[in-house]
Amino acid sequence: MKKTIGLAIFLASALPLGALALRANTADSIVVGSKIFTEGYVLGEIAAQSIESSSKVPVERKLGMGSTGILFEALTTGAIDVYADYTGTLTEAILKKPDLKSIADIQAALSTMNLVISEPLGFDDTYALAVKEDYAQKYNLRRISDLVKVQGDIKAGFSYEFMDRKDGWTRLAEAYHLSIAPQRVQRMEHSLTFQAIDDGAINLIDTYSTDAKIKKSKLRVLEDDRGFFPVYQAVWVVRRAFVDEHPREWQTLKALEGSISAPAMIEMNAQADIQKLSFAKIASQFLGSEAPRSQSLQRSILLRTKEHLWLVGMSLLFSVLVGIPLGVLAVRFHAAGQAILIASALIQTVPSLALLCFLIPLFGVGREPALAALCLYSLLPVVLNTFTGVRTVDPRHLENARAFGLNRQQILFRIVLPLASPTVLAGIKTATIVSIGTATLAALVGAGGYGAPIVSGLALNDVPTILTGAIPAAAMALAAYGLFEVLGILLIPAGLRQKR
Amino acid sequence: MLELQNVYKTFHGRLVLADVNLMVPKGATHALIGSSGSGKTTLLRVTLGLIPFDTGYVKINDQALLSFSPMEWADRIGYVPQDGGLFPHITAYDNVSLIARMRGWKKSKISERVEELRKLVDLDAGVLEQFPSELSGGQQQRVAIMRAAMMDPAVMLLDEPMAALDPLMRSTLQRELKSIFQRLGKTVLIVTHDLGEAVFLAENITLLHEGRIIQSGAYRDLLRHPADPFVTLFINAQRTLPDAAEVA
Repeated sequence: MKKTIGLAIFLASALPLGALALRANTADSIVVGSKIFTEGYVLGEIAAQSIESSSKVPVERKLGMGSTGILFEALTTGAIDVYADYTGTLTEAILKKPDLKSIADIQAALSTMNLVISEPLGFDDTYALAVKEDYAQKYNLRRISDLVKVQGDIKAGFSYEFMDRKDGWTRLAEAYHLSIAPQRVQRMEHSLTFQAIDDGAINLIDTYSTDAKIKKSKLRVLEDDRGFFPVYQAVWVVRRAFVDEHPREWQTLKALEGSISAPAMIEMNAQADIQKLSFAKIASQFLGSEAPRSQSLQRSILLRTKEHLWLVGMSLLFSVLVGIPLGVLAVRFHAAGQAILIASALIQTVPSLALLCFLIPLFGVGREPALAALCLYSLLPVVLNTFTGVRTVDPRHLENARAFGLNRQQILFRIVLPLASPTVLAGIKTATIVSIGTATLAALVGAGGYGAPIVSGLALNDVPTILTGAIPAAAMALAAYGLFEVLGILLIPAGLRQKR
Repeated sequence: MLELQNVYKTFHGRLVLADVNLMVPKGATHALIGSSGSGKTTLLRVTLGLIPFDTGYVKINDQALLSFSPMEWADRIGYVPQDGGLFPHITAYDNVSLIARMRGWKKSKISERVEELRKLVDLDAGVLEQFPSELSGGQQQRVAIMRAAMMDPAVMLLDEPMAALDPLMRSTLQRELKSIFQRLGKTVLIVTHDLGEAVFLAENITLLHEGRIIQSGAYRDLLRHPADPFVTLFINAQRTLPDAAEVA
């Protein structure tokens, strides 16, 4: 009886966590997405505010969602309506037709995918290679071809995207006849490369030509003297359906064509990266309008908490409702059991970011893929601990229960599960704490939560912003730990607790 | 009355019980004795209906095991596992009342029956509120007997009831057990490897060896008229301590 009450309390506490965070999604709203770097946020905020200032349609911001693949998927599936991308990225990464140069050609190619782009917004944010100013002076480096002189001394830190793109590092090295040993080229999160070059850990990075940190870190951009990099004109990308349904808003966005010069963009990037102005403020200054009231820190943490709790609570509910039965089945049916255990262990080996990407085609972008990934991750500890707990129940108790005429159900619920409950609960506890940590990655696919400030803080190399996500996440993990101590008292039969 | 007639049981092609015949009259206490590997555990599990047997009959009061559901059979044969076998996660009271609760008995009926049995086995009321890990070996044994007797079965089956107890406790409890059996007035089958215990508790003894019954009867008959040299061998093997003369 005690056990049943405890279980009821547990489920009752998990369910409202979900309901609490369920927001009614406005059916008719415009969702603005952005890539996960400063310029993406600024352009996203400019798009959002310019629509807000001229239209009654509510705007939802899903800024800092990730890199090109995620944004493009989000756009085509309708999870977002508009984001800013670059012509070079569209031709290389999306269309795989690097020969397309003119806007008209690119637009024609995108038409087959029912997508529409604007004319260029006014600046070219191409890839560039940069070294420290003093390093450049020491070896007289002006152009990329000058790197041949120092190629034995180079320690490069390149972003994942630059390493993997067709027009990225490999082809550039070929084009410039550079031979730098692979172990001297490190893949890093882009925002961390600046920190690494400041610290002297590396001496060559890839960057964007409008990046404000070039100034801040005293870097010299090397001239692309062989014209290797394609042109990266910033443009708005939308679905054709958006143009048809929201012609006025589309015109508002098109009004920004040619209005953002390269110096203006560098300045706005610097305002964000160096002066730490909010994106909302930067965008409103640019648009000459009043900045929308920014949320107070408390309110935004509260919102993040709700989002985070929803993700963790729901995935936990899933792992309990699915994981415990699977663990029990795994004991009863040996072959199937091994299959279940191996499958859930395999899921665990997939890096969380990769799993999120796999799930986007199935679930789109937003809370759904994040929740699906969390559910899969939290499954293993629950399945494995249920399996272990149930299997290690003394078989004599099972035989005795049968001798007393208890049926299978009675044996499972009255004998096996109560005896296994300390192990099962430990598994749920592990799942919860892992889930609280992993849920921070959900922000990469626009699911919000504590990951949102962590992701944007990382993109901006802004530690205080990172902490507004990291500290509450740690606090939540501690709270969960305490909660499970209490649940242990409620759920584990007293006879088993006194034994310890 | 508990009766086994011509019971055969093969396990992975090996004969583990061969033509077992055993009759415990109503109200009698009988001991099944044999060394490990003799088949007595198999016989116990067959009698409890936990494993099927190949041919023959197991009957209680002339009604065959196979004509009952597992639950109905369990209510006719009260089982005291080795060392009591109490479930560690529930109190002694909940152990005793578990089966009745599973059968949907009313609370008042349960508490009446538990109280009746508690007096019968002479246990303090407070003991029932405790968990098995808090009870002494003797208390656990008595709680296990209460649990077995809860549904008022026709037959009680005890598996090595004294195995885990120290010698002093053992001799005290053996005496108590005998009087509990007398008060219960049930047909009792005790499975043990200890001849002394069997002789003390039971009127009749059945010696099992390699899956066959070698001899059944009173201890006196086994001693004086052994049906097989093994009977004498088995009796002599359970030697007592050397007396003073031998030590000198």
